[in-house]
Amino acid sequence: MNDIAIRVEDLGKRYRIGTAPERYKTLRDTIVARVNAPINRLRRGSSLTASSKEASTIWALRDISFEVRQGKVLGIVGRNGAGKSTLLKILSRVTEPTEGSAEIHGRVGSLLEVGTGFHPELTGRENIYLNGAILGMKRLEIDRKFDEIVSFSEVEQFIDTPVKRYSSGMYLRLAFAVAAHLEPEILVVDEVLAVGDAEFQRKCMGKMSDVAQAGRTVLFVSHNMSAVLRLTEETLVLEKGHLVYRAPTPQAVDYYMASGFTGSGERIWTSEEIPAEAAPFIPLALRLRDKNGRIADTLRSTEPFTVEIEYRLVHPITGLRVGIYLLTMRGEYVFTSFDLDDPARFEQLGVRSAGHYISRCTIPANTLNEGRYVLAVNASSFRIKRYFWDDHTLAFTIDATGAPGKQWPEPRMGPVRPALDWVIDRL
Amino acid sequence: MAANQLIKSRSDVTLLRPTHGLAALNLRDLWVYRELVLFLTWRDVLVRYKQTVLGAAWAVIQPVVQMVVFTFIFSNAAGLSSEGVPYPIFNFTALLPWGLFSKAMNDAGRSLVSNRNMITKIYFPRMTIPVASVLAGMVDFAIAFGVYIVIILYYTFSPGSSYTFTFTPALFTLPLFIILALVATLGVSLWFSAMNVIYRDVGHILPFLTQIWFFVTPIVYSASVVSKKWQILYALNPLTGVVEGFRWSLLGVHSLPWQLLAISSGIAILLLITGLVYFRNMERTFADEI
Repeated sequence: MNDIAIRVEDLGKRYRIGTAPERYKTLRDTIVARVNAPINRLRRGSSLTASSKEASTIWALRDISFEVRQGKVLGIVGRNGAGKSTLLKILSRVTEPTEGSAEIHGRVGSLLEVGTGFHPELTGRENIYLNGAILGMKRLEIDRKFDEIVSFSEVEQFIDTPVKRYSSGMYLRLAFAVAAHLEPEILVVDEVLAVGDAEFQRKCMGKMSDVAQAGRTVLFVSHNMSAVLRLTEETLVLEKGHLVYRAPTPQAVDYYMASGFTGSGERIWTSEEIPAEAAPFIPLALRLRDKNGRIADTLRSTEPFTVEIEYRLVHPITGLRVGIYLLTMRGEYVFTSFDLDDPARFEQLGVRSAGHYISRCTIPANTLNEGRYVLAVNASSFRIKRYFWDDHTLAFTIDATGAPGKQWPEPRMGPVRPALDWVIDRL
Repeated sequence: MAANQLIKSRSDVTLLRPTHGLAALNLRDLWVYRELVLFLTWRDVLVRYKQTVLGAAWAVIQPVVQMVVFTFIFSNAAGLSSEGVPYPIFNFTALLPWGLFSKAMNDAGRSLVSNRNMITKIYFPRMTIPVASVLAGMVDFAIAFGVYIVIILYYTFSPGSSYTFTFTPALFTLPLFIILALVATLGVSLWFSAMNVIYRDVGHILPFLTQIWFFVTPIVYSASVVSKKWQILYALNPLTGVVEGFRWSLLGVHSLPWQLLAISSGIAILLLITGLVYFRNMERTFADEI
């Protein structure tokens, strides 16, 4: 019997590169290229032109093969640029593969396009119909689900107000409500959980579980390992466009979190690793230094250590804050901290001028429990722009030798291990 | 398990693989998404006059003002002939299809780029977008046609007017000329919308091209002013056939220039077919290039 929902065979997608910042070709360029092409070919011979074609392209995805059975929830993890989004784009038919094939059984709905096609001038009601149609719903289907969508979105009073007057929360709820009621056989979810408030995220999760329980197939792409662990049974790990690992989720998450780290206590970005949209912020390095200032991969929990981010600003940036996220290997956040967290300094550094910087902070002694942790980097201007974001920059180990309670050889629960001042009163 | 059966029974299999050449000319998909075409048309119409004081009155004001200005310049000042019909009627008859064509060409030409966030995120037949732009132009056409009827009635019934509307069987052919106008418009729109995705030059060419196209189409003047030996070349502009057809059908002036009409229709159909092929060919890379 055939209960395959998705079958992917040798799928590959090639993009042209070097066109990203100014990608609009002009007619003149094409005409010039057309005229020159035969001349160049004569001059150089065909073998050379073939290799130059190869050099200006990049395989965002290659040799991907897998199958998903109906009713399974499959996680897809990978670092930025690993090809996750490209894979979802191919499976949801936004773009065509360059080679290979994929077989999709049923309608694909995706939560990556929440609110796509919403028009700010149209009312909530009008947008429900429009967005529903764009997502592939028939008018009768929307009629039938209209009340349900409205009540799910909790925007009843504003349903005849143009959505440009909605708060961002209302907008998101309405958009999600439409997408969530599409009832596709295959649901593709990409990072929507990263937006919206906690309540909204809870709703998204709930809807995903419903979908999975109704026997539908879910593909879930996320950087949030705890969500992947909670929601999926099996996970694919993508690395540089290749499928490198497929296993039950706990193993796959461990594999992913442990992979790609050099274990040197330092992460240096080369110029081709920096996304073009990060400009004018250019990350250079993230380093961990022990109390003696040496770069180290393993740090003692009983000693303070320093985290430093080195970067360059090509232009001045208003309101820039550079900071770190500390996560456990399972992807749970331990804390977040920015270099302008101190209100006085925030007032003082409204605009950061162009130049070469290091933002440095010290993690005090007796903060973390033993184990491995991940540092993520974020450079942003609040509510304006996120210049740079790497959620998987560097892993390091905390050695708890000599830490409080170490006289008992037992693992301590939780990511923090503070030295607390206990007082024992005898009454 | 019953739910599972239900899902399976209504699911259909989609095979995704690289497509080549005409295999990509998949019009069935466009039919499946026909409701989306209507929704997008409805959106374009709704949005066009939102937050304007005069609203849909713009669809009346624009052609009427054009007609008044053209009458003043080309009839009163330049003294161009209007084949025995009052110049405003002569001119407005041509402005009807021209308005549809020029507006749709400009809107559709930019339509894919202005809807880029949809194109990069979800699948739907991309052709629905320019097709909806063209259909939205039909709404303005209908309004302008209402104005046209009012003008005809005014001239017919106002005392001292030299013009009276006379009914001829030719009137029944009007739908054919409207279809011809749509074919030409759609063909040109498909070309420009797809080209604009890759070559943003189209955005600069369109206003300029519209202006030139206006003067090589017999709108402010009669096609008969073009000398005999240039007629065939002149007919290569599909709008020439459309405008002459409109005048023949609505005004009953001169006889139908069969040869000119045949050439114009041929060109219009050729534009549509090549437009479809070009569009489908480019469609594959829209999401990557836009």
